[in-house]
Amino acid sequence: MEKKVNVYFFGKKYQVPDSLTIMKAMEYAGYQLIRGCGCRNGFCGACATIYRIHGKQELKACLACQTKVEEGMYVATLPFFPLVKQVYDIEKIKPTEQIMMQLYPEIYSCIGCNACTKSCTQGLNVMQYIAYAQRGEFEKCAEESFDCVMCGVCSARCPAGISHPQVAELARRLYGKYIAPECKHLEKRVQEINNGDYVKIIEDLMNKPVSELKELYNNRDIEK
Amino acid sequence: MYQYTEEQIISMKKVEATRAERMKNLFPRMSAEEKEKVLKENHPDYIESAYETLKVGPNKGDKVLHELADLLQGKSRVLGKRINLKKPDYDVDVLVIGGGGAGSSAAITAHANGANVMMVTKLRIGDANTMMAEGGIQAADKENDSPSIHYLDAFGGGHFAAKRELLYKLVTEAPDAILWLSKLGVMFDKAPDGTMITTHGGGTSRKRMHACKDYSGAEIMRTLRDEVLNRNIPVVDFTAAIEIIKDDEGKACGAVLMNMETKEILIARAKTVIIATGGAGRLHYQGFPTSNHYGATADGLVLAYRAGAKLLYADTLQYHPTGAAEPTQIFGALVTEKVRSLGAQLVNKDGNAFVYSLETRDVTASSIIRECKQRHNGVKTVDGEGVWLDTPMIELIGGEGTIEKRIPAMMRMFGKYGIDIRKEPILIYPTLHYQNGGIDISTDGQSGVENLYVAGEAVGGIHGRNRLMGNSLLDIIVFGRNAGKYASEKAKTVKIGRMNLDHVKAFKKELDEAGINPVKFSPQLLPNYTRQPSI
Repeated sequence: MEKKVNVYFFGKKYQVPDSLTIMKAMEYAGYQLIRGCGCRNGFCGACATIYRIHGKQELKACLACQTKVEEGMYVATLPFFPLVKQVYDIEKIKPTEQIMMQLYPEIYSCIGCNACTKSCTQGLNVMQYIAYAQRGEFEKCAEESFDCVMCGVCSARCPAGISHPQVAELARRLYGKYIAPECKHLEKRVQEINNGDYVKIIEDLMNKPVSELKELYNNRDIEK
Repeated sequence: MYQYTEEQIISMKKVEATRAERMKNLFPRMSAEEKEKVLKENHPDYIESAYETLKVGPNKGDKVLHELADLLQGKSRVLGKRINLKKPDYDVDVLVIGGGGAGSSAAITAHANGANVMMVTKLRIGDANTMMAEGGIQAADKENDSPSIHYLDAFGGGHFAAKRELLYKLVTEAPDAILWLSKLGVMFDKAPDGTMITTHGGGTSRKRMHACKDYSGAEIMRTLRDEVLNRNIPVVDFTAAIEIIKDDEGKACGAVLMNMETKEILIARAKTVIIATGGAGRLHYQGFPTSNHYGATADGLVLAYRAGAKLLYADTLQYHPTGAAEPTQIFGALVTEKVRSLGAQLVNKDGNAFVYSLETRDVTASSIIRECKQRHNGVKTVDGEGVWLDTPMIELIGGEGTIEKRIPAMMRMFGKYGIDIRKEPILIYPTLHYQNGGIDISTDGQSGVENLYVAGEAVGGIHGRNRLMGNSLLDIIVFGRNAGKYASEKAKTVKIGRMNLDHVKAFKKELDEAGINPVKFSPQLLPNYTRQPSI
């Protein structure tokens, strides 16, 4: 016999099996989800959720698709949060300290309360990556924020109105485009292809009958 | 600590006991004959009772799975509704249907080519399979590799069935796709000198798998999304396309849209239309769990089919060898192939390896099914059974810290349930992962219906009858850009005639004549997971 727990979706009580995730428990209760449900695997950040366990003080945040229900859980989903996304031309901006000041000046109003880090559904050190962004240390900001799914819970908890996920996105793009070392073998290969260096060899291959291609495939040399 | 059953714990001990020996003696690769045998006997594509013959439409006479047949021959959502095509709510050059990697690449490229572009998506931009692709993206950009070697790997891996000219495009435009993404700011794993860190995937003969840790798709998707927003391309979210609109010359010229929440009907007029609606895992073919996102219901195939476009290889699906089999909360979720690229082996309940870890996906999945169903060497789980994927081997091979650095998402996914994949193996079973087939296109990305383009997983024929790891992230970029380029170019000369939905009525007539009285509305749009309360 499966064990049931009492959970409260938007304040209304339901009894659901204790093995379910919050998302599946909502469906068990009868909700046909449209918002607040995307990849169902913890990557898209659509199912940001806040909850409090009855009798406890702490307000917790999670992804509904990744979190099991608990007895006395009061759940409110956060299917949308108005993050601020500044528009910029990636070709024109440069990885300077000023760019953060221009696009996201509110990061300098951080009061160091650490609410962002405490609420992160991915367990990231959010306040730390914002500190890196303030100092123009884009590589560190990019690394520290890399697992961010942009669910927006951190921003919902921020008294300074910072849109942390968007700040980190900017840092990652700046790092990926301007700071990460260039890949010489990639550019060389693109050049070779543009020169037509591989046209003949592939066309020869394409024009072979399947029997011959099977032979080639089954005996091809495989890198160790 | 995760609560395994007694039986599972005993089996796990056996896996640990044989680890050292297995590391020394790798399980041999199969011969071509052995592969064919394991596929025929075990792969779900060969289960005849799961299929039926289409009675109506461009692929009349072809076999597809029952679940897809029900939708392809389903009930249109527009018939019987009063739909006014005379006053479109949107009027654009290029309409992109779908908000994943293919749709975003197409929109960015069309926009860069000067077109007035609009995206519509039934969820949000980025709620897509692209976001969940963990392992990586292939491109032959290293000294010991070449596009021709990539071609042979993919052609053989797809059972020599790929459309050759599409595969040519895929492999020759792969390096440029990586370069394009790099210039947009995607953070690929690189050595300090800029050399790409690349690994093998199942069926590759060169290490050409580029990655962004195990968030490869997420990193690509969020960058593309950011670029779409930077370009101010309108993204109409929570809005599904429910029918393609054609003009009196039979050319595609827009779509009937429906707001997912309010059900309001809206009309989009467009000179060209790009279908980038992705796959079909949420149809749960043959009862399989799926690694796919919530909206993967083959909508694009239905829209295009009813509009008259032919499908190619719609009968073939990819079952990813390693979906999570335990814990039940993540049943079916993807365990990236990169886990095997980094050295983890597949092991049965007695602690024995039974397949070379990096055979192609269809062969590996079939071997796991054989190990469980035919040989009864599976480990029982809440939802069925599974075999072990011996993750601690990764740390033994690559050194301590390899898992945290290279597959952090996997570590997190299992860690949430008290399973430390650095120390314990995990239980896996094949999961419905990818739609190998789809809408037939020519090299310009156009379907059989003029001005109707297709990109991404909705396309059929690029990979043949099986797809290699890392060729899907690649195809959404290459064919997304391709469709964006040709659709925006074509839009410059298109004159739209009288907009109509006559083809929908004609299709209904064909259904009537074939004696089909469809019960399901299609496109399906979303799965229904709500428990049916007893009245």
